[in-house]
Amino acid sequence: MEAQEAMISVNNVDKFYGTFQALTDVSLTVQQGERVVICGPSGSGKSTLIRCFNGLEFHSSGSIRIDGIEVEEDSKDLRRLRQEVGMVFQQFNLFPHLTILENLTIGPMKVQKIGKSEAEARARKYLERVHIPEQADKYPGQLSGGQQQRVAIARSLCMETRIMLFDEPTSALDPEMINEVLDVMVELADTGITMVCVTHEMGFARKVADTMVFMESGKIVEVSPPEKFFTNPESERCRMFLNQILEH
Amino acid sequence: MASAKRRTLKGFLNAAPVAIGLYIVVIFGIFWLAFNGAQAMGYNWQWYRMPQYFYRLTEDGFQWGEIVIGLMKTIQLSATAFFFATLLGLIVALLRLSGLVVGTAVAVAFLEFVRNMPILVLLYLFYYVLGPIFKLDRYTASILCLAVFHAALISEIFRAGINSVPKGQWEGATSIGMTKSQAYRYIVLPQSVKFMLPPMTGELVHLVKSSAIVSVIAVAELTTIGRNLISDTYMSFEIWFTIAVVYLILTLALSIGVTRIEKKFAVQN
Repeated sequence: MEAQEAMISVNNVDKFYGTFQALTDVSLTVQQGERVVICGPSGSGKSTLIRCFNGLEFHSSGSIRIDGIEVEEDSKDLRRLRQEVGMVFQQFNLFPHLTILENLTIGPMKVQKIGKSEAEARARKYLERVHIPEQADKYPGQLSGGQQQRVAIARSLCMETRIMLFDEPTSALDPEMINEVLDVMVELADTGITMVCVTHEMGFARKVADTMVFMESGKIVEVSPPEKFFTNPESERCRMFLNQILEH
Repeated sequence: MASAKRRTLKGFLNAAPVAIGLYIVVIFGIFWLAFNGAQAMGYNWQWYRMPQYFYRLTEDGFQWGEIVIGLMKTIQLSATAFFFATLLGLIVALLRLSGLVVGTAVAVAFLEFVRNMPILVLLYLFYYVLGPIFKLDRYTASILCLAVFHAALISEIFRAGINSVPKGQWEGATSIGMTKSQAYRYIVLPQSVKFMLPPMTGELVHLVKSSAIVSVIAVAELTTIGRNLISDTYMSFEIWFTIAVVYLILTLALSIGVTRIEKKFAVQN
């Protein structure tokens, strides 16, 4: 057990915004290479939970360890942590004043202090990986939403992180662009990187997830493998949720 | 549609020949009033004496006149003060946004002090109080006074500019491991420039204008030169008209120049 510590281990985490409790006694373990999909109704704390994984938010009590690093506010390890954990946002959050190539190289160059040519070679490799090498010299505003999200994925990959977090990566996209992003995510899942995705794309979840997590009102209600999750979930609430989103 | 428009009073007044005619009448009216008033008080116009204060051709060759030298001093004073005002303004804005209780308190105290202090009193404080203590000459005291006064306003421009960059940009920068200062430097400040440029231009023009105040401690800039020339020549009308036009040309040139830069920025983004 000692030799193989879990990639992400969350123990009895609570999170408050003022008096509002966003997370209640959340515990979760993610092994290296595991692909976890978190779903649940909006406001259930899914995004809050994964934002606590890379220190965009901080939990109020309990503990979160990522690849052996304790997540704590004002910790000296935070930068090291963020270089272990990449994140893809609903709104892409690309840097609009930089070209696509610069968006991808600025992290490696300024944070990891690698040379420009090496950073560019790396950026082009990952642009290739997300199937848009020809867009390198454009600005984010000139790309479609789907392309921007793929650039955002490449930007995270450029940091060569061991864990990727996805915070509803397809929710802000037009329907015809969702698949191009999901395809990239499926390919990424095959590389063995540890993934935690908050998403309502159940087709994607079925395809890649090793573990499904269902959250409601800040609590984890169900954790089960997808075969069981989609056919015979334990909780009634989870069944209702699945019926609602799978009906159409 | 067009004919209906022309029939309204506004349409009539805006028609090119009418508008130009009106403009000429208004300008002519102002000049006529000024000159007539001067005539009535028996003012002796001596415009022919003005060019020597711009440049002179003497036995020693070409020489710049007092007004040009004063203008240069005003530009130098304003540029130096603006540089320090921007630097100090940025520091104050960052303190205010730092989230530190002390930082915010210091910034707010500075802001309230400067905003509620007449600039003339501030200048006297710098020259007559801080001057002897820190051995400041009048030029340094002027620069510091202008820099401090405008830093307060500039810090608010910075704060607004920084706050208008969406929160997602911070998160994007943080998520790739940037420190706060890297996020400011590479991500947030470059994007806030386009929000800050128009109000900063206004502030620069404001600074050029308020630099005239240092004439009360006899720094040899444009306004002081004007006063000195008048005490030599008694040509108050000619000289103040000229000084006013020189200020106007300087500030208009600045505004137009920055508008060009803004357009360039707009094209880039």
